[in-house]
Amino acid sequence: MSQVNWNNYACRDYYDELMAAPGQPRESAGELCNMLARFSADELAERKTAAEIAIRTMGITFTVYSEGAMIDRAWPFDIVPRIIPASEWRKTEAGLKQRVQALNLFIDDLYHDQKVIKDKVLPAEVLAQSVNFRPQCVGINPPHGVWAHVCGSDLVRDGDGTLYVLEDNLRIPSGVSYMLENRNVTKRVLPELFASGKILPVDDYVAQLYDMLAAMSPRPGDDPQVVVLTPGIYNSAYFEHAYLAQQMGVELVQGSDLLVDDDDVVYMRTVEGLRRVDVIYRRVDDEFLDPEAFNPESMLGVAGLMRAWRAGKVALANAPGAGVADDKVVYAFVPALIRYYLDQEPLIPNVPSYLCMFEDDRRYVLDHLDELVVKPANESGGYGMLIGPRSTKETREEFARLITANPRNYMAQPTLALSTTPTLANGLAQPRHVDLRPFILSGPEIHVTTGGLTRVALIEGSLVVNSSQGGGSKDTWIVETDDKAAAAAVKGA
Amino acid sequence: MLSRVAENLYWMARYIERAEDTARLLSVNSHLMLDLPGRLPLGWAPLIEMTGSLEAFTARHTDFDERNVVHFLCADTDNDISIISALASARENLRTTRDVVPREIWEEVNQLYLSVADHAENGVSPRRRDSFLKSVIRGCQTLTGLIEGTLSHGPARTFIELGRQLERADMTTRIVDVRSASLLPQNPEELLPFENLQWMSVLKSLTAYQMYRQQVRLRVRGPDVLRFLLQDPNLPRSIACSLETLGHELSLLPRQDRPAATVSLVRADVVDADIQALAHSPSKLHLFIDELQIGFAAIHDTLSATYFVNDDSVPRVTQTQTQSQSQSQSHAGDNDND
Repeated sequence: MSQVNWNNYACRDYYDELMAAPGQPRESAGELCNMLARFSADELAERKTAAEIAIRTMGITFTVYSEGAMIDRAWPFDIVPRIIPASEWRKTEAGLKQRVQALNLFIDDLYHDQKVIKDKVLPAEVLAQSVNFRPQCVGINPPHGVWAHVCGSDLVRDGDGTLYVLEDNLRIPSGVSYMLENRNVTKRVLPELFASGKILPVDDYVAQLYDMLAAMSPRPGDDPQVVVLTPGIYNSAYFEHAYLAQQMGVELVQGSDLLVDDDDVVYMRTVEGLRRVDVIYRRVDDEFLDPEAFNPESMLGVAGLMRAWRAGKVALANAPGAGVADDKVVYAFVPALIRYYLDQEPLIPNVPSYLCMFEDDRRYVLDHLDELVVKPANESGGYGMLIGPRSTKETREEFARLITANPRNYMAQPTLALSTTPTLANGLAQPRHVDLRPFILSGPEIHVTTGGLTRVALIEGSLVVNSSQGGGSKDTWIVETDDKAAAAAVKGA
Repeated sequence: MLSRVAENLYWMARYIERAEDTARLLSVNSHLMLDLPGRLPLGWAPLIEMTGSLEAFTARHTDFDERNVVHFLCADTDNDISIISALASARENLRTTRDVVPREIWEEVNQLYLSVADHAENGVSPRRRDSFLKSVIRGCQTLTGLIEGTLSHGPARTFIELGRQLERADMTTRIVDVRSASLLPQNPEELLPFENLQWMSVLKSLTAYQMYRQQVRLRVRGPDVLRFLLQDPNLPRSIACSLETLGHELSLLPRQDRPAATVSLVRADVVDADIQALAHSPSKLHLFIDELQIGFAAIHDTLSATYFVNDDSVPRVTQTQTQSQSQSQSHAGDNDND
């Protein structure tokens, strides 16, 4: 007896990624939904167990750091993929490229002429109070003018089906290893559906990442020495750091493995002696990167790294200072930045935002705290947010105080009716809210991942998808609905 | 290969070997105590001296009684050289370098640590001690077998082998030392009836008794046993054999001149030792072992200077400091936009 009955799937309240209405799968999801409906309860449970075993044997973990203890947890994963039609994805991809291009021009401008301020597109006070603007980076010219080499933009779909950019992560965005591993697990669990060739592959990301990094080398022509710099095993993303280094076939280094000599060259300590390093994919935050330039207490970084970078002897990805655009107040200006730098209309809209630094907006926010989501400008991982409709009177009062004391640091958005997608819970397919984090690589060319990392709130009704807050994830399929295009893709591969 | 990775693997192997050999050391002493009549003034205190942990021990205990000593060497997590601490350190060293060895090796180290952590407290009691110590030895041997059978012949394996052989040579000397001045009565009259028994237990603690019988084909006699354990070229746990392997592994590495020269010097001391004289004078033997251990420390220092630290101008902090500080910092620095 089958377990999943799409006629009982309650998707009326939100836009659902797979189901147009109860019993009616969207075109791109038809095959998947039919297959799931054919599965008996046993078969469904078997596939779920197979995924759990695969995750355990493949050692896909993430680290939770809480109250002084560090725990490696198995990656929470749902076997039902989320599907986006290829035709829609192509537009999204173009929009993401446009966005990252503008952001890179913007960052470069901020560290040089600051025309965007002189032309009054961005208020001077936004920059003046930016915590991620690094004066140490003024005047530096990174290769290709690119600062945010790896960008993870979060996309959400609202009730009417429109995709919005929710935020841009330009510091050291994580999650791409899970996107790749989710696909590997799903291939083992639902192999039947991959035969048709309609699901676009994701696994060229690591090769593109390597090529992008190698293209930044200050010593062109030579076989460049690329490394991944990690804060170490206690970092929550250590799994990803090790994974990417391993997949690219480069060394995974810690700060203590590197040194900068008087010649401003970065070396790594190997058993053969010192060896020159050309490109560092750093997964250590700006403030910890170089005790000479930033936090002098840091033991995670490399003394003199900024000196080497400024001298052009080493390339850093992402460039220090790129985080200036990873600010939820700057976010609100991105559509204007796209018009300003590219003279184009934004292809993907922003979520409407209220900036507490502006008096009218602030008054509106303070009057509507129970309806809005309030975010601090520079937190990550879902920390320090107020979700108005779920909040208590005390927390609203607390946020009112915080906003009044430091208006520049807060912005607010309407509570979105995030889209849902079928997710297994108690052996049944139930709607759960999702977002999507595609990764955009910027080098000589710009590449967008095919889809991205879909994060899902595993708890019924919850809107919180961050893995550090108990969210899970699922594979994301970009599906070619046009048979001719699919056939061509199979032939090409 | 990164110096840090090489150093971590080297230390992991040393810690594993140390855990195994500490178990062997406790085992030989336990058996001696059972075999010898109570009137002989043997005790547990010499084990503490032999492991070089007198200061750490006296900071916690005043009595050198059996329970305190065994607990200190097996289960005391505050004692860096206890079996439990050695395995914990092995695990921490491998954790950052998991990607260079097959996953099964990491899993085995992890499992061994967890199982010893579960049983160490109980393992201290005389009734369960033997089986506990055996399980430690067996676990370490499993790991060694796994490394032998699965890890490619490359730098990772070389550094593991360097660590293991050096620690093994060092610990074999300590086990032989159980039979030296610090443990035995100075009056040979009293000693004689039990001498063979004691040498036999030293052999057994090194799993070398049968090999000795096959090789020497004589009854167990002090000088022969000592020669066997110090100089036999074929017994895996003899000092000469460990140093021989060490020298061979070094020849696979670049820039090996200084460490190789140091190994040769120590090896010459072992090969040229006057076994008869040493066997008949516990104090001479003890002195000789002290010298060997200074030699082992010198080997470690040259390895470290050559491969692990390649810039003297950069101060290095000890492993524990780095770990605890980076633990708090990497959390603070964790702005990974998760």
